[in-house]
Amino acid sequence: MSKKEWPLWEVFIRSKQGLSHKHVGSLRAADEQMAIENARDVYTRRSEGISIWVVASANVFASDPNEADSLYEPANSKVYRHPTFYDVPDGIEHM
Amino acid sequence: MKELNIDELKRRFQEKIDNDIKIEPKDWMPDDYRQTLIRQISQHAHSEVVGMLPEGNWITRAPNLRRKAVLLAKVQDEAGHGLYLYSAVETLGADREETIDDLHSGKAKYSSIFNYPTLTWADMGAVGWLVDGAAIMNQVPLCRCSYGPYARAMVRVCKEESFHQRQGFEIMMKLASGTPEQKAMAQDALNRFWWPALMMFGPNDADSKHTQQSMDWKIKRHTNDELRQQFVDITVPQAEMIGLEIPDPDLKWNEETGHYDFGEINWDEFWQVVQGNGPCNKDRIDARRKAKEDGMWVREAANAYAEKRKARLAKKAS
Repeated sequence: MSKKEWPLWEVFIRSKQGLSHKHVGSLRAADEQMAIENARDVYTRRSEGISIWVVASANVFASDPNEADSLYEPANSKVYRHPTFYDVPDGIEHM
Repeated sequence: MKELNIDELKRRFQEKIDNDIKIEPKDWMPDDYRQTLIRQISQHAHSEVVGMLPEGNWITRAPNLRRKAVLLAKVQDEAGHGLYLYSAVETLGADREETIDDLHSGKAKYSSIFNYPTLTWADMGAVGWLVDGAAIMNQVPLCRCSYGPYARAMVRVCKEESFHQRQGFEIMMKLASGTPEQKAMAQDALNRFWWPALMMFGPNDADSKHTQQSMDWKIKRHTNDELRQQFVDITVPQAEMIGLEIPDPDLKWNEETGHYDFGEINWDEFWQVVQGNGPCNKDRIDARRKAKEDGMWVREAANAYAEKRKARLAKKAS
């Protein structure tokens, strides 16, 4: 019965200057302009944001959770990438 | 990656749940977990949306500008909550339009409390204080629900709901300390909304068929009766504080259990309302259908405008 459903948009909000935009949810709207206007009403009723991004959900490409092992495993063995890997003797400061 | 059989997938799924690792939309999940969530979250969304109707009824008749602005903001929040929840349902692969059509056809349910009429201004107080109070009690544990998008939506909802309950209590407090007529109006609203508010927690545990599975999946964290008892324990002293009487002759403090004992709920009434025979079931669904039909041209116009704008931009770029 519905003619043409409005497309789905993912909404990202910057809560204040200096922070990055963060995903807050999604909504439906006829185009990107109306998606921003709707996002203003749906996601920033209490001054939660100063900047909004909307991205058509159809344009989001996500990694597959089934491939998480092969994607992230290589990083697990490289503990030397973390500063805690290294011994720093007592008395050494500012390092 | 190697193909896992269904038992192994289920085992890994339950292991995640047991370790309080959230399930996200693209993760594997058993079909009944998905279906349970679709049913629960869409019913929750419908409740938010239908819940605008009993209060919308009083916006034009709020006693002053402050009350009117507050009520408008509250009703607007309910619309927002419905939208957060519909977008959570969509992450499970459900079609938003279909879930809304299920509401309109009577296939999907919503909270039966909204099938009671709001007859006086005091009902705005009782609804905020008791109905939102009971809703908060149900929703706070849902912030820790195992399904990520639902839990995140509930965090936003709960943050916003706390003003809803306070504004309701404030209305009741004001009326209860007003003229004898105002106090009687507040008492009358409490009398009518008390029992339906207790019914909001659902059937007794012994009669609740979904509870155990939902608890194992950590969709639900407390049983219906636990939450109902908590609500009674918290609300009774609030009523006493503003000089109103809970309409239950069996209500009394139980020194031994540390809880209030309360009377038997009229479950016949509950099931009647759930099955569509409450005082306002038909009005509510008619109002929703009418809103959808009357708004059809707006949705179509928005589509037409979007297409026109796109064409204009494309022309400019070429």
